[in-house]
Amino acid sequence: MSTRPAPAHRSPPAWPSGTAPRGFAALAAAGAAVLAVALGAAHYMEEHGHVVTGMGNQVVWGLPHVFALFLIVASSGALNVASVGSVFGEAAYKRRAPVSALLALALLAGGLMVLVLDLGRPERLVVAATHYNFRSIFAWNMILYNGFLAILVAYLWTNLERRFVPLSTPVGILAFVWRIVLTTGTGSIFGFLVSRQGYASGLVAPLFIAMSLAWGLAVFLLVQGALARWHDAPVPEAFRLRLRRLLGVFVATVAYLTAVLHLTNLYWAKQAAFERFILVDGAPYAWLFWAGWAGVGTAVPLVIAFHPRLAGPRATTIAALAVIAGAFAQLYVFIVGAQAFPLEIFPGYATSSAFRDGAVAPYVPSLPEALLGLGGIALAYLIVLAGARLFDVVPRGIDAPAADGGG
Amino acid sequence: MNPVDTSRRAFLGGTAAFAGVALAPGILLYEYAAAKAPGEAVSSAVRWGMLVDTTRCASGCTACVDACHSEHGVPKPARPTDAQWIRKVELKDLRTGAVRSAPVMCQHCAEPPCVDVCPTGASFKRADGIVLVDRHTCIGCRYCMMACPYKARSFVHEPTAGQKTDTPRGKGCVESCNLCVHRVDRGGTPACVEACADAGHRAIVFGDLNDPASEIAQRVRAATTTQLRADLRTDNGVRYLGL
Amino acid sequence: MRVIAAGLLAFVLAGVAWAGSRAPVLDAPRGEKCVEDAATMRRSHMDFLRHQRDETVHRGIRGARHSLAGCVECHANAKDGAVLGSPSHFCQGCHAYAAVKLDCFECHASRTRAAQAGRPARSP
Ligand code: SF4
Ligand code: SF4
Repeated sequence: MSTRPAPAHRSPPAWPSGTAPRGFAALAAAGAAVLAVALGAAHYMEEHGHVVTGMGNQVVWGLPHVFALFLIVASSGALNVASVGSVFGEAAYKRRAPVSALLALALLAGGLMVLVLDLGRPERLVVAATHYNFRSIFAWNMILYNGFLAILVAYLWTNLERRFVPLSTPVGILAFVWRIVLTTGTGSIFGFLVSRQGYASGLVAPLFIAMSLAWGLAVFLLVQGALARWHDAPVPEAFRLRLRRLLGVFVATVAYLTAVLHLTNLYWAKQAAFERFILVDGAPYAWLFWAGWAGVGTAVPLVIAFHPRLAGPRATTIAALAVIAGAFAQLYVFIVGAQAFPLEIFPGYATSSAFRDGAVAPYVPSLPEALLGLGGIALAYLIVLAGARLFDVVPRGIDAPAADGGG
Repeated sequence: MNPVDTSRRAFLGGTAAFAGVALAPGILLYEYAAAKAPGEAVSSAVRWGMLVDTTRCASGCTACVDACHSEHGVPKPARPTDAQWIRKVELKDLRTGAVRSAPVMCQHCAEPPCVDVCPTGASFKRADGIVLVDRHTCIGCRYCMMACPYKARSFVHEPTAGQKTDTPRGKGCVESCNLCVHRVDRGGTPACVEACADAGHRAIVFGDLNDPASEIAQRVRAATTTQLRADLRTDNGVRYLGL
Repeated sequence: MRVIAAGLLAFVLAGVAWAGSRAPVLDAPRGEKCVEDAATMRRSHMDFLRHQRDETVHRGIRGARHSLAGCVECHANAKDGAVLGSPSHFCQGCHAYAAVKLDCFECHASRTRAAQAGRPARSP
């Protein structure tokens, strides 16, 4: 990022004359417009307070957190292709390491932006950066996120500047380890909330790792496809098919862990009422869980990934989109559903109060929240767009071992 | 560090003694000794707590809630976004059908989850066991609200007006029952406790759990009391009787 | 740092002297003297307050010499009991003149206890 693109490139030069992708200005303007609207929405929320959102004193984290969590978790998974390249030395993956790292960086930046702009006091970011409570997993995550951003920049640099290419493998391994820790940390934000029925499980952290692999790969597939069209550099069929199968495996892993999580919860009598709420009669949540996550987010991509007749690029794109849609449904149930369900403060008693004790909390996201969330996606999009324009990150031509830049 | 205004101290001491007389006649002397002077730092020799006697708490009575919110300049709560420092919960035993009523506020946990999770350290526990939010460093992330097992915390969702001198509060920060720390620091008693006594119920006892001679310590010794969600081992400073 | 601060201060003071005629006319305080001399207060009141805020919030020290509530009690307008509200109100007037953002009162009470209780704003 801090290097000037032109002289530092590995061969071939960035844009052989006449091949520079078109329409950059228009594409960037579209993203910038969405981002501007999102910043406006955040400003509106800050001026008026969170009363203009759907969040309240029971559902305290809402749609912005769904977006932020998606972006942050997907960020770590988006690095997977680079990891396979660096850690396992697979040439086809290694060639795509720069796209993978750029995407991870963009998603993380987008997620953090949403998280920060949703704070009650976003202007106190300096306070957050200078006062650390080291018992707080949240504070640790701040360090993990910033460290990850720095490692990703370093990794991109080692990949793009020829002098440093030999370093790209160790830096890639560091990034790989860091992102596993980071996703565990993100999952632990919830895993530590023992008082909430929905989160008190040791399975939350591994589930987050599986989700990051699936979601990150889905986003990677979409971005790879889009960049390929933009640059007129088709993705080799064999590579896409490998990723498609991998996506199926990841989605199946998420499904397995999610099933185990809910089944173990059902086993504990204490959690039965909560499970009933999420899986059977909690108004939008049960529906989102079955139709959104299980149907669209799991069944559809699984069928596409393993059905021999659905191997075309379009089907792969649909599978990736379905995984992302399912991810939002799953996160919404996980974050909002778990808060909407009343806390059990007096076990053995039916409770009621003017503060909705014992009652399910309503939550209807408001427009500013949704716009802020979309802003995170817009920022990620802009970063990928600009990165792909400035640096030579999109592999062109046939994958051949000889074409690989190094180590 | 600086000379305390003695006339004022004497005046406040007087109020404290008066409150002590009104609430716990037998043990006035000791309570007075436990209270610190306003200019003195809090000490961990003291652990403030409250005992809620649900057998005395009247269903439908909201004297404690009203007193709390007017003491702290918190507007009367109506919407889910309004701050609520204390609330009355009506309880019905699912097996016996027995009904109870009890105020619920910050439980002033000895092991407070809100403090553990707060990224900036804005949530903290004072030496004397009172859990507070330092609004100067709260960034409004609401992680503490996610962590609190009792829904004791509120986020200020709107710009505020009409604040009280002793209770600064503003948009974008989290707040909760502070055990009327401004009164306690001057030797007084929380507003809810006073209001409950004034309403004739005397269902809330305030005092130093560490002081074996205090009314609260004696009563906690004499009868079985409950800490809400004791399974979470937060070791609450607020105890309930008759649940 | 020190040098820069001193330079800035000199600059500001020179400006103040020059603009003397336009200096704000502020509400007269109650009592004879402040907790520190005026020059010290002008320069360091924020440091005193910041130090005191931690003492009060974390260690429960009340009624101390450098408490913000104390500032308000003495410097409030005699009629409405406030330190904000017009260019002659003490805190607002000076901060507007010095062009320094004043955000204490987003959270802290800007009126005396008496004014909050609806009693005459301030004893003379
Ligand atoms: S009751 Fe809630 S807010 Fe109060 S100390 Fe315990 S966790 Fe913190
Ligand atoms: S909202 Fe404030 S007090 Fe609560 S965890 Fe965040 S920074 Fe700490």
